Amino acid sequence: MSTEQIDRQWTTRLRKRVAGKLPPEKVLPDTQPAYVASWIYVFGVATLAALGVVIATGCLLAIRGPQWWHQSYVGHFVNSMHLWSVEIFFFAMVVHLWGKYFMAAWRGGRSLTWMTGVVLFLTSIATAFTGYASQTNFDSQWITTQAKDGINATGAGAYFNVLNLGQMLMWHIVLLPLAAVALTALHVVLVRLKGVVPPFEENATVGTPS
Amino acid sequence: MKRFRPDVDAPEYKGGHAPYDIIKEGTIALVVIVLLTVLLASLFGSPDEKQVTIKTWSNAMPIDFATTAINEMNGTTTTAGYGPPYNHAATGQDIGFLHLAQWVGVRIPLNTTKDFVVTPLESLPAGTSLTPALATWNAASKAQRSAWVTTVTKEIPKIYYKQGLVVFPGPGGGPLPVMIDALTAMARSGALDQALVTGHGFYTTDYTKVLLFLSDGSYLSNQAATQHLTGSQWGMMNETGGYPGQAWLWLYTFWYQVPPFSSSSNADALVWGTMMVLSVALLLVPFIPGLRTIPRKSKVYRLIWREHYRNQT
Repeated sequence: MSTEQIDRQWTTRLRKRVAGKLPPEKVLPDTQPAYVASWIYVFGVATLAALGVVIATGCLLAIRGPQWWHQSYVGHFVNSMHLWSVEIFFFAMVVHLWGKYFMAAWRGGRSLTWMTGVVLFLTSIATAFTGYASQTNFDSQWITTQAKDGINATGAGAYFNVLNLGQMLMWHIVLLPLAAVALTALHVVLVRLKGVVPPFEENATVGTPS
Repeated sequence: MKRFRPDVDAPEYKGGHAPYDIIKEGTIALVVIVLLTVLLASLFGSPDEKQVTIKTWSNAMPIDFATTAINEMNGTTTTAGYGPPYNHAATGQDIGFLHLAQWVGVRIPLNTTKDFVVTPLESLPAGTSLTPALATWNAASKAQRSAWVTTVTKEIPKIYYKQGLVVFPGPGGGPLPVMIDALTAMARSGALDQALVTGHGFYTTDYTKVLLFLSDGSYLSNQAATQHLTGSQWGMMNETGGYPGQAWLWLYTFWYQVPPFSSSSNADALVWGTMMVLSVALLLVPFIPGLRTIPRKSKVYRLIWREHYRNQT
């Protein structure tokens, strides 16, 4: 096989494209612009770390099934960790979101980074909701019987039946986490690709266009 | 040369760089979040209020249960008069000219008389009074059934519960007094909970029927009110036991508290519509003049990057 043939392969072309756009020093940088020196930047990585804890504790709950945490002290503690990591995750995510808004972090061709972040925020809300709906206790009974009216009013309730525990649990532990993790990966790749948005410069006349 | 747009374009950064250990930062963040999670879980735990069943409801409030069952038959419960996706009793909510629920139609068909009363009773072993009562009901015309239901509905204020029986003082209800009494006894034994969830067979994960029936009575909402979970109590943000709930839904629940949403029969559709519009606006902030200008005009960024600007002066 000639070099030309190898260069034409989809695999080779994809590898070269990825390596060109995201060289190792961009994926794992060892320096950053000096302006990235604010506590607000902590909340992005805190959101990621909290997501890791949410997924890990969720996986632990999945091992023994949805009833385990009602019957076991250990299971209840894991559920408590799952709950509090979710609360931390949303707190960090909302602070991160507001921080990025006031930085106008979409500037310089970063609008897709902003948009993936917003979709991720909305996906996370849906994921959390299906978790509340899958608790198999009084909370889930009340939450689902109330939430059905809003979802039914949009017509979506005909297909997304919040009173169907099996459906909610599947969305909570399979479909929505897959979407959230994929969106997180895309969001982080875009951040690494475009870098952190520079500060406003009042007299700027040149820069990175959108 | 293209004009520089400060809310869209980013200025060229010509300053210095600082060392950045992304792996160390990520590891520290993970350790801190794990420790914080363990601390919060140890200190506060998590709520786990026991589920409500039709058995607990009918034992605590047998007349409320019996009344709800009658109302399921006369069509005045929330579920009986719901509309899509459960039945054709109403058209569902609208957002202006968008009749989304109606367009999607009845996809989870439910007949409250049949599914909540008659079919569960038919699953019981044959009994000396229930079997003839069910036979009478099933053989009766639609008009006859309706007349019985009307009579029994008028009796609601007079019915009482005594020695394990639901007593209907007046005549004219046909087989209904026997049926409602049998259903109440079935509910109090726990058998109705099972009958409503096993409609699709032995294995099931669908609690639609039993949850709808439960929510038509007063017991579930009374329990929720004592736990500060109802809509007027901003319940979406709370969990049982005073735990924080889905606090990130504060804006969603806020709309239910203010006019015109708070008094509209289309509140759910209107609130969802509003939230959809706001979500799309949030998504498209980078492209919306005005919204994308606020960060620059508000100058909050000077606080975020204060070190950067301090070093410039």
